[in-house]
Amino acid sequence: MSRFRSLEFILGAGITLVICGLVLASGWLFPDVGKIDLMARLLPPFQQAGHPFGTDPLGRDVLARAVAGGKISLTVGLVSVAGSVVLGVIMGLVAGYYRGIWDVILMRFADVQLALPFILLAITVIAVIGGSLTNTIILLIVSQWVQYARLVRAQVLALREREFVLAAQAIGVKNRNILFQHLLPNLLGPVIVLMTLNVANNILLESSLTFLGLGVDPTIPSWGGMLAEGRTYLQSAWWVSVFPGLAILFTVLGLNLLGDWLRDQLDPTGRTER
Amino acid sequence: MAGFLLKRLLQAAFVVVVVTLIVAFAVRLTGDPALMIASGATEITEADLARIREGLGLNEPFLTQYLNTLSGLFTWDFGNSFIGGTPVARLIGSALPATLALAFCAMAVSILLSIPLGIWAAVHKGRGVDQLIRVVSLVGLSFPNFWLATMMVLLFSITLKWLPPSGMVGPASFIMPAATLGVILTATNVRLVRTSMLEVLNSQYIMVARAKGLPERTVLYKHALRNCAIPLITYMGLQFGGLLGGVVVVERVFNWPGMGSLAFDAVASRDYPVLQSVIMVLSTLIVLVNLLVDIAYGLVDPRIRTE
Repeated sequence: MSRFRSLEFILGAGITLVICGLVLASGWLFPDVGKIDLMARLLPPFQQAGHPFGTDPLGRDVLARAVAGGKISLTVGLVSVAGSVVLGVIMGLVAGYYRGIWDVILMRFADVQLALPFILLAITVIAVIGGSLTNTIILLIVSQWVQYARLVRAQVLALREREFVLAAQAIGVKNRNILFQHLLPNLLGPVIVLMTLNVANNILLESSLTFLGLGVDPTIPSWGGMLAEGRTYLQSAWWVSVFPGLAILFTVLGLNLLGDWLRDQLDPTGRTER
Repeated sequence: MAGFLLKRLLQAAFVVVVVTLIVAFAVRLTGDPALMIASGATEITEADLARIREGLGLNEPFLTQYLNTLSGLFTWDFGNSFIGGTPVARLIGSALPATLALAFCAMAVSILLSIPLGIWAAVHKGRGVDQLIRVVSLVGLSFPNFWLATMMVLLFSITLKWLPPSGMVGPASFIMPAATLGVILTATNVRLVRTSMLEVLNSQYIMVARAKGLPERTVLYKHALRNCAIPLITYMGLQFGGLLGGVVVVERVFNWPGMGSLAFDAVASRDYPVLQSVIMVLSTLIVLVNLLVDIAYGLVDPRIRTE
């Protein structure tokens, strides 16, 4: 099991597990997370017991909010990736296997997606439908599924000429079964790698959107929202901006390390190379 | 070659049409702009509303309105802003250079950093330096750009008071925004340079160059780098879209008078002609850059044309 002894795996899995554990236990660790205490406004870190990371402009504990804020980021990251995978894998399988019109539509869609960066798309759409948790997730799915579709399509194009697929076709296996039972298991490796890196990336995108005031409702504790608040107090209270940012950095770093290690294991030829 | 050119041109045109259609359609969904403009006035009649709609060209069918906006990309006439009636073209004319200047500075920073670092890592593959560069580049990839920007302001403007915290005032104000974007871009590019360099270093002409007794410097920076330049340039062309997205966010932190700030102000004041034009101009620019890179690649490498 020497493959688990790499520094990337130990650091990546360690950081990710600690953060997920803290976030899952946040309700139990910090039961009064949003408690406003105007007597304790903007306390610096390590000054008062119970507020190791200081307090924000409303006297709320920064550590408690930074941990609770992870719920939003992790939810958005996981749900949006799950949605993109389902949509992207199905579209990629169909386009790569049947070719024809589906393939043309998919590839042109990919061109369009490349020309419209996520943040620009988000500004337009959020201006129309407004920002919320659900809208953020929908936007991420709409803008990210194409990556999976392209990755899957490229692999199906290579696999569909292989003997095991031709043999399955020859003995009359239904197309649907060929797609999901014969092709899908053979292309999951790179998809899993992309998923790990994509959760990390979507957490970054969600926090940017929320920071810009276009994402999640600012009254819910979230890393992007805390950073947006902290910006106003940067001169006087650095800790309000530093800790939520570190939380994002470590979460994303943990996932990136894990994704990088997974790539070495599952996708040695580098199909998911960025 | 003519066939390849035509095909790429048609593809690019198609993308521009679809993107602009999406944007125009999305903006129309937001409701009646006339009501929005009139919302400040104390007394408003149906006749006033009708006059505003007429003035904005909102009585035309959607297709006519859309074609008018699309032709703006060629005539550089995007109508007037809802707020104050300034021609949108003039707003974009001052914001676009600010954004592009930032994007090019960031690109320059990343090229200057990532090429030597990537080559260094490739030459010492598997050793300590390589591992270190790999991990550090992962850390760089994990930074939220707006937070890195905020931390730079905290360190260099508030604590050390070396650099102006915001705005575009002289060359010093370029340093932090360009460094923020450049550092994050470098993290991606170092890995790219390393991978393409490793491929090239294994080839026979590098062995020949070394066997001839050329200094290692010449081998690396002349023979090897030249041969991995084409894939690098293509990839950096593809990065342009993402880079512009990053610029738009970082502009917000530094109050940079660019397209991002223009777009956010337009969202806040529901100034749809401005919002629509900003996004159309930026996406058209991205399509154009990708088209140029593709054509250049096709000119240099004949294998691409037949693909």
